[in-house]
Amino acid sequence: MSEPIVRVRNVTKRFVRDGFEVIALDQVDLELYEGDFLALMGPSGSGKSTLLNLLAGIDRVTEGEVEVMGTQLTRMSESQLATWRNAHIGYIFQTFNLVPVLTAFENVELPLLLTKLSKAERRRNVETALDLVGLSDRMHHQPKQLSGGQEQRVAIARAIVTDPDLILADEPTGNLDARSGEEIMQILSTLNHELNKTIMLVTHDPHAASFAAEQRHLEKGVLTEVKEFAARQHVTV
Amino acid sequence: MALPLKYNIRNIVVRKGSTLATAFTIGLTVAVYLMVMALARGIDLTLSSSGDPLNMIVLREGSTAELNSSVTRENFNDLMYLDGVEREGDKPLATAELITLIYKPRKGMSQGSNVTVRGVGSMSFKLRSGFQTVAGRLFQPGMTEAVVSKRIAERFQGLDIGDRFRIQTTDYTVVGLFDSAGKAFESEIWVDSNSLQSTTKRDGYSSVLMRVKDQNALTALSKRITDDPKLHLKAVSERVFYEDQQGTASGALKALAVFISFIMAVGAGFAGMNTMYAAVARRTKEIGTLRVLGFSRFSILASFLLESVAIALIGAVIGILLALPLNFISTGTSNWVTFSEIAFNFRVTADLMLFALLFGGIIGLVGSLLPSIRASRFKIVDALRA
Ligand SMILES: Nc1ncnc2c1ncn2[C@@H]1O[C@H](COP(=O)(O)OP(=O)(O)OP(=O)(O)O)[C@@H](O)[C@H]1O
Ligand SMILES: [Mg+2]
Repeated sequence: MSEPIVRVRNVTKRFVRDGFEVIALDQVDLELYEGDFLALMGPSGSGKSTLLNLLAGIDRVTEGEVEVMGTQLTRMSESQLATWRNAHIGYIFQTFNLVPVLTAFENVELPLLLTKLSKAERRRNVETALDLVGLSDRMHHQPKQLSGGQEQRVAIARAIVTDPDLILADEPTGNLDARSGEEIMQILSTLNHELNKTIMLVTHDPHAASFAAEQRHLEKGVLTEVKEFAARQHVTV
Repeated sequence: MALPLKYNIRNIVVRKGSTLATAFTIGLTVAVYLMVMALARGIDLTLSSSGDPLNMIVLREGSTAELNSSVTRENFNDLMYLDGVEREGDKPLATAELITLIYKPRKGMSQGSNVTVRGVGSMSFKLRSGFQTVAGRLFQPGMTEAVVSKRIAERFQGLDIGDRFRIQTTDYTVVGLFDSAGKAFESEIWVDSNSLQSTTKRDGYSSVLMRVKDQNALTALSKRITDDPKLHLKAVSERVFYEDQQGTASGALKALAVFISFIMAVGAGFAGMNTMYAAVARRTKEIGTLRVLGFSRFSILASFLLESVAIALIGAVIGILLALPLNFISTGTSNWVTFSEIAFNFRVTADLMLFALLFGGIIGLVGSLLPSIRASRFKIVDALRA
């Protein structure tokens, strides 16, 4: 088996709030390989988002090490992390987080503005990404002209347009009705199956989690059971 | 590495109301600045164009203006035959002039202002280029007749052709109107110097004006006259003389402009700061999202600064548009040295407008510094939770 894409070693994350210490993650170990599709479940406050944020390099560990694509995130500066994140991470939010004043096209183009791609190349990539989520015909709509499901699809397009190595989704269906949620999960599933994208999904919804190849649970910051689906096969390149 | 400009522009458009209010505050500041500066600039242009580089004016030692100066007939006779004075044929290009003031009410107002009356000789017209009779005729030598600058006739009561006005106990008749290409004496009434001498019962003059041969002669002559212990006179180039006068009037106006607009700028800066704090608060989560996408702290900082500067520039343009119509207004003010009327135009010049833009931009930049720094300082996880 090849090297893991994600290697979390003995990670503890503590927050101090109002003088109280909260242990959000307690000595967590985790490995993800290319093509993995992991659903992370657990009750509210169990540390799911915290773990996702550590992998995205938008928060820092208290103890332990996080290595993504062979890079030690714990040792990188803020600006190094920003550049690194732009190149390697696709992040999908529960609340979509599109920039309201920009069109679907412009939202998806945003992360590409930080790359060296030419305008024509950017256009091609944006169109490909929007095509992949089935929104080619909504390219020049503003977020407020889109349904929640469509907004989240634009957000997915924005997350994948840079061709990231790791897609992180924090309850992407949490704000959607069942049908839209289903569509979103179908897209993520396709990204995993057909493009061999590595995905880590945080969700409360067992149905959403069932799209993933494996499920893990967090309880009070402790990572527990491994539940692997028989149907799922690792695709190694 | 920067956020696209259209992101800022659309955010400005989206919150039109608060943007416009802020822009307007900055606009007013810029407009007030421009108006006062345009006034000062108008005075500058009027006075600095008034002096001929080869004209030399001679006043009594210690005088700052013609009005409180006196030069005797003997002085005049000595002066005009000095070496270095330009001649026309065998006549020296020199004239002795007498200044007095009359008080006249302005048109449509009960209160008035002092107007300068200049008693001139025939050489005066040769020494002052640009003088032109635009209506009526010139006064006859020795008669109690007067020519009035067109702009003074327009602004004061009873100074049109055919009107009579009184100097001390003598009535003068206005026989013509003149203009002189926007120079300072375009604010004056000209009469014959001999008539004015008898009217005011004065034997001497206020000042002597002479054309010198060249720049060297000017330096040499003015030194010679000023240094002569018997004369008690001083000679300066006409240009320097007017610039000194303008220095007093427009210098005070410029100080006023800086003072008022600084106070207003502080207010406008705080308005800008408020607007940007509100924008940062409203867009906190968006800032977090942009950071997740890979935008740096610096690009967030730059984006908010830029947005504020853009709003301020809109404001500055509004301010310029408010001040521009002044260009077509001619006005007058008291010359602060002689306390007589000077007519001039507001001049909203290109460099003033450029400076106004810069001024507005700086207000926007300084006002948004703190909010923008705040925006760039957010921790991503905290911003996303907003
Ligand atoms: N920035 C923070 N400051 C202080 N405490 C925090 C912060 N972020 C998270 N926590 C705490 O850490 C714990 C884990 O939070 P986290 O957001 O990871 O939970 P979660 O599993 O994602 O919950 P949910 O399902 O509600 O999203 C919680 O107790 C939370 O209050
Ligand atoms: Mg969460």
